[in-house]
Amino acid sequence: MNNTEKMLDIKNLSVIYKTDLETVYAVNDVSLSLEKGATLGLVGETGAGKTTLALTLMRLLPERTGKVTNGSITFEGDSIVDLPEARMRKIRGDKIAMIFQDPMTSLNPVLTVGDQIAEALIVHNEKGLTKEQIDARVDETLTLVGIPPARKNDYPHQFSGGMRQRVVIAIALSCEPDLLIADEPTTALDVTIQAQVLMMIRDLRDRLGTSMIMITHDLGIVAQTCDNVAVMYAGEIIEVGTAEDIFTKSVHHPYTDGLFASLPNLKSKTARLQPIAGLMPDPTNLPKGCKFAPRCTKCMDICKEVPPEVFTDGTHSIRCHLYCQGKED
Amino acid sequence: MHRYIIKRLLFLIPTVLGVTLIIFFVMNVTPGNPGRMILGPNATAAEVEAMNEELGYNNPVIVRWFNYLKGIVTEGDFGQSYTTKLNVFDELWPRFLITLRLAILVLLLSVCIGVPLGILSAVKQNSLMDTIPTMIAFFLAAVPSFVVGILLMYVFALKLNWFPSFGLKSTRHYVLPVIAATICELSAYLRFTKSSMLESIRQDYVRTARAKGVAERTVIWKHALKNALLPVVTSIGMRFGCLLAGMVTTEQLFSIPGVGSLIVQSISTKDEPMVIGCAVMVSICFTLLMIGVDLVYAFIDPRIRAKYSKRR
Repeated sequence: MNNTEKMLDIKNLSVIYKTDLETVYAVNDVSLSLEKGATLGLVGETGAGKTTLALTLMRLLPERTGKVTNGSITFEGDSIVDLPEARMRKIRGDKIAMIFQDPMTSLNPVLTVGDQIAEALIVHNEKGLTKEQIDARVDETLTLVGIPPARKNDYPHQFSGGMRQRVVIAIALSCEPDLLIADEPTTALDVTIQAQVLMMIRDLRDRLGTSMIMITHDLGIVAQTCDNVAVMYAGEIIEVGTAEDIFTKSVHHPYTDGLFASLPNLKSKTARLQPIAGLMPDPTNLPKGCKFAPRCTKCMDICKEVPPEVFTDGTHSIRCHLYCQGKED
Repeated sequence: MHRYIIKRLLFLIPTVLGVTLIIFFVMNVTPGNPGRMILGPNATAAEVEAMNEELGYNNPVIVRWFNYLKGIVTEGDFGQSYTTKLNVFDELWPRFLITLRLAILVLLLSVCIGVPLGILSAVKQNSLMDTIPTMIAFFLAAVPSFVVGILLMYVFALKLNWFPSFGLKSTRHYVLPVIAATICELSAYLRFTKSSMLESIRQDYVRTARAKGVAERTVIWKHALKNALLPVVTSIGMRFGCLLAGMVTTEQLFSIPGVGSLIVQSISTKDEPMVIGCAVMVSICFTLLMIGVDLVYAFIDPRIRAKYSKRR
């Protein structure tokens, strides 16, 4: 296990959004790593900092407000946080590519989809491909995502939502990136199309051997696609482990338990869904102790005062007082 | 596309009908009559009455409107001015050309300066490149155009004696009025381009472009600008139309015989045929401009192009 190559290593990463009025603590002390060819699922509710984390990896945080305050990101030996912009531009789109959330707004309405796919190829044209070769590669990528190449001269408004998401995926895949970040790639789609698109992403990943970070709030998607899972809450990773750890072990962070409990269960007869009570804490004013304490059903006195340590059991880590105490005795 | 243009041109007919009808009614409800205006306060009521009768002013509005339209359709005649007795078109056309020339100069200058400044201040938001032009634009927008005109006149015509202060005899005569009008127009274009550009820079597709590793300059020029230009093009068309009829202050200040001052004069003397002539001219220009704007739109935006072209 330790022999496999870590392509991405995030250590103690903290990101804030700072405006004149307030400071939003979006990502707090996150450490994660990803091996070559593996898929990491990043789960959490809206506002947990998943997208911020992804944008930090691409170095696409809003220039004036978003800042990395602490930590490091090492990607294939390069430190993403410190790279000069020109070098970073070479990585963006070529080595790390991102599939964005909303296919309706992620494509430029005044350029043909073919042009938009070709753009990344032209920018990262290190092999000196000719115009014809780039054209051929665009056709190939379109075929890969299931769009007839003849449609490359069409504009985004001539495509349906699902087709546009395929175009967005085609853009991300055009340069065959080493790492693919999929930020809720199916959230804006119908359930029927969702399954298609997910299956396609999974196939492509297997065929191209790409590493992937799958950002989602859908545990079903995680179960289908991911090797490892990290659960995020209020900017922190509160539980991380292999898919097996998360889906089959009995020991969990109370928030993860809550996530599973909130899934509708077809076997048992329940009249209502079971939501996790309360809301995510205000990211401008996070609780002093455990950030989940105000909503936690197993909250103890210590939880309100002291931030919990990480409890580790093999590949499985949980950031919770419940388990840390038990371990020490 | 051709069909669309023809359709829009045909739409000119109801536009002109509507414009003339509205003006006839509005002129009718405002107090005063042309006879009194021509003959002056010393004329007797009978003389005024006779004059009005002669001008055909005593007929009901609808009849006057109908006769006017008949004149245009049958003889291409826009009527005679009540005050000067000259043919409306003959008097209007040279003045219109003067205003058109001024307006085109003002438009070119203000677009060529205002739009790039707007783009710059949006791209470099919150830097000096943004705050200085924006502050100047705000200041200039707050100062009425005649104040700017008087200041220019005082400094460059009276004190420095570089440029003449009235009339339009030579190229030098154009300098001060064009600058005075441009200053006000320019700030409008700057603010408009800036806000449109700021909006388009924040769009998701700009982020997608950045995520591809595209250089920042390409992101701005290729992805953001083309989308930001759409509303700017509309406002150019609108503002140019307004400029044609709305340069009254500049025209008055620099004693330029343009259309704007002609309209104001004619309204105050109740010179109905002249007012209507001007209005028709301006509304035709406006319609043509809007067709032009639509064509530019279709050129920039494929979604609109698709709407005009026949289904494939």
